Amino acid sequence: MRQPASVAATLERTDMSEEDEFDLEPIEILELPLDAWHRDKGARMVEFAGYQMPIQYEGIMAEHIWTRDNAGLFDVSHMGQLMLTGDGVAEALEAMVPGDISALKEGKMRYSLLLAEDGGVLDDMMITAVPMGLYVVVNGAVKWDDMGYLRENLPDEITINNMEDRALLALQGPKAAEALKRVVPGVDALYFMEAGSFFWGPKTDPEPLWISRSGYTGEDGFEISVPAAHAPRLADQLCAQPEVRPIGLGARDSLRLEAGLPLYGHDMNPDVDPVEGNVAFAISKRRRAEGGFAGAERILNALAKGPARKLVGLSVDGKMPVREGAPIFAGEAQVGIITSGGFAPSLGAPIAMGYVDAAHNAAGTALEAEVRGKRVSVTVANLPFVPHHYHRKGAKA
Amino acid sequence: MTRYFTEDHEWIEVDGDSVTVGITHYAQSQLGDIVFAEVPAAGATLKKGGDAAVVESVKAASDVYAPVSGTVIEGNDALEGDPALVNSDPEGEGWFFKLTLSDSNELDSLMNAVAYQAFVDGL
Repeated sequence: MRQPASVAATLERTDMSEEDEFDLEPIEILELPLDAWHRDKGARMVEFAGYQMPIQYEGIMAEHIWTRDNAGLFDVSHMGQLMLTGDGVAEALEAMVPGDISALKEGKMRYSLLLAEDGGVLDDMMITAVPMGLYVVVNGAVKWDDMGYLRENLPDEITINNMEDRALLALQGPKAAEALKRVVPGVDALYFMEAGSFFWGPKTDPEPLWISRSGYTGEDGFEISVPAAHAPRLADQLCAQPEVRPIGLGARDSLRLEAGLPLYGHDMNPDVDPVEGNVAFAISKRRRAEGGFAGAERILNALAKGPARKLVGLSVDGKMPVREGAPIFAGEAQVGIITSGGFAPSLGAPIAMGYVDAAHNAAGTALEAEVRGKRVSVTVANLPFVPHHYHRKGAKA
Repeated sequence: MTRYFTEDHEWIEVDGDSVTVGITHYAQSQLGDIVFAEVPAAGATLKKGGDAAVVESVKAASDVYAPVSGTVIEGNDALEGDPALVNSDPEGEGWFFKLTLSDSNELDSLMNAVAYQAFVDGL
């Protein structure tokens, strides 16, 4: 397990990850379209996924709570926005993802996984059917690897367009819809996991935005793809709404952890399959019956027999956070490892997620984690820690 | 009483041969919301540069090293129930531990307030 750094060393860290101190330095740390905008808002910038990103403005705790109660604006422009086009693109992509992509109707999206030959998870992603083809949003840290893997494995007639000229903003929270509809009329007609094109700006010269009702905080909210040149103006207009404040990566991490949402590169990696990763819901019914995706044999076997280990939530006794890398014990035997952990501002307590062996991963199982040589009681918990508040079609208001 | 500072962003208040140790206002402002602090027990022997306490923000855990050698008189138990004292009053109520100095010569290498401010300004 990684030992704590000194206070000075912690302050000197300019990257977000706890894990990558031995990684090679990227050749160049890139700036995103809203770089100056963040600095102007008083953001503390850190390196994340090869970019300068805002980790916080007024403070992680306050930003987290603001998002749960109001609406938070997140810059997620580091993520890859890919447009896949060409005849048979859905069927072609299905060779590498386990979702029913061919059945996806225009304007509908689903959470999916990019799978390696052996069934390991190379990335998680959002796939939306659009008139041109498929709009795919992938994680920033692995987007170049994803594009290489897709190019290698998709037929030549499928085109991959990395839309680097677009920024991506997420507006999340219970008041996101009422704030956004003032800036982009009509957007509140979308339900969770739906997307469409909406006009923004003066009627004489409107700008089309691609907007989905989705996000990664567990709250209702939207993700907005906007041409990079217009991103600062849109961010200004959104933050001019009384419900909206800018929110950094720090709160994004604590919000998604409370929502039980896995963070790729921490809670999932190429060694784990989707069943172990607790994202088997991404394997569509038809695909379970037919197979025909990378690693299908391993994955369908794990579905039938149950995985040897699984990503679970863990509630933590006391106040001491249990963080990534801490081993998990049942008595003397190590039965797992923490992959995400921290303090949950909405709960006022530490929470964690980690992989635990099958014999010990039922909800309610009492286990221990080891932190700085000391044992801490943890209990396998149902996810999410904080209930989701999505705007689902057919759900009661 | 004299107050000294370290490059590791600790303050040391000296009163005879007993000293009080905490982290600086600059350190807490950069660490962000403190959610947990672990302080040493009375009687523990600390060696200059060795692990003495732990401070955890929402984001990360950091070690607090002993700025000087000595024997712990008391840890600040108030931090257990209210770790945010480190944010609200870092150089007062948010102290970490008190110890009895074992070698007052170790104070010679520490910075005074002016030198520490210059150090922070240079970061």
